[in-house]
Amino acid sequence: MSRCLLLATIVGLLAGCASTAERDPRDPFEPLNRGIYRFNDKVDTAIARPLATTYQKVVPAEVRGRVRNFFGNIGDFFIGVNNFLQGKFEDGVSDWARLAFNTTIGLFGIHDVATDMGYEKHNEDFGQTFGRWGAPSGPYLVLPILGSSTVRDGIGTGIDLYVDPVTEVRPYHVQYALQGLRLTQTRADLLDASRILEEAALDKYVFQRDAYLQRRRSLIYDGQPPRQKEPEDDADKDKKPVPREKDSQDEDQKPR
Amino acid sequence: MKTRSLVNALAAAVLAAALPLAGYAQEKPDQLVKTVTLEVVELIAKDKEIQAGNRAKLVQLIDAKVLPHFNFGAMTALAMGQGWNKANPDQKKRLTEEFRTLLVRTYASALAAYSEQKFDFRPLRAKETDTDVTVQVRVLQPGAQPVPIDYSMEKTAAGWKVYDVMVGGVSLVANYRTEFNNVVRESGIDGLIKNLNAKNRSLEGTRLEKK
Repeated sequence: MSRCLLLATIVGLLAGCASTAERDPRDPFEPLNRGIYRFNDKVDTAIARPLATTYQKVVPAEVRGRVRNFFGNIGDFFIGVNNFLQGKFEDGVSDWARLAFNTTIGLFGIHDVATDMGYEKHNEDFGQTFGRWGAPSGPYLVLPILGSSTVRDGIGTGIDLYVDPVTEVRPYHVQYALQGLRLTQTRADLLDASRILEEAALDKYVFQRDAYLQRRRSLIYDGQPPRQKEPEDDADKDKKPVPREKDSQDEDQKPR
Repeated sequence: MKTRSLVNALAAAVLAAALPLAGYAQEKPDQLVKTVTLEVVELIAKDKEIQAGNRAKLVQLIDAKVLPHFNFGAMTALAMGQGWNKANPDQKKRLTEEFRTLLVRTYASALAAYSEQKFDFRPLRAKETDTDVTVQVRVLQPGAQPVPIDYSMEKTAAGWKVYDVMVGGVSLVANYRTEFNNVVRESGIDGLIKNLNAKNRSLEGTRLEKK
């Protein structure tokens, strides 16, 4: 967690000096981000992807499903908390009902009986809650190992990890085993998606960044985001400058 | 006499009501998406060669069954944004062809990955008179939030055509816009055509990975 915050701070400090003409306004730290992206890609190619591929081959789909359910069930508690924080009480109650049914009837969550009962799984986290409260995403960030994020979502992820029940597990070797299993499962679930990204993108970094930003926007509004203006209307951009851009312009004019 | 004309009028009315259903092209957009999706998924499930990873055959299938319902000209124009107007007719044609090839491959991979999942076809929320609608389908996967797939469709003379697909809230067309603009800025329209062509060639002959 401290790692993300530290990074956010460093990146914040760099804000002053980073200003190039053709840069995407959503991604002022592109060169730094690209560096971290390349690093993550190497780690993924060397360790995470081979591990996940082997896991997918060796472990039967049935068992992988149980593992996914088990960790998904643990996650439902804070998904519920986030729904309550966003004022979506019905969804929050549904999440906690899922937790109750799946932990008991579903044997510690390995069976997702709640979905069959009509309690659908949701996708919430602290980053989305902040977004729902009106916090802007801030610049795009690529976090080491964790990947695509923004300043807002990075802080959200820090809280997600801090409250994550798995980090409470003792002894440590059991906790690390659980963390490792969860990461492997998550990466295995993304194998198809990452291959499609590989095939679809001309520039993987840009494609993944834009997809991430679109996806988060959609999640914050639970799939019903208000219609956005077409980015091609540059005239609109000039009328309503992003506050961040304005600040840096002011700074440029003030000194000397 | 009077009854006869009444019967005639009734028959005409029934015929008129039935006519829009007669042609494939006039099918309602949500019905069209459902029919095509289920048909394609069933064909994939039945085809041993595709199951074994024969991508060329899957691309062929998509070409025949899915592509007629897409408006690639509109998709390319939307993905290009401002750049589209700078392209001449020949460039536009080539851009559309290359983008179409790329999208078919991507679509083939996605279908191969998700064809074993269950689909939930949402009822269309639109008026009879609407000419631009969003058809919503959800891919249900055990233990995870359903993945929404939204088809943006427009009514044309040749029936309803898809001009954008949103997967999990990510618009395919919008996602290409920055990439395309970057390439056009650096190396012009021809640079983008070359770039897309190279990308498509690099994917030729690759096989679908088995799950």
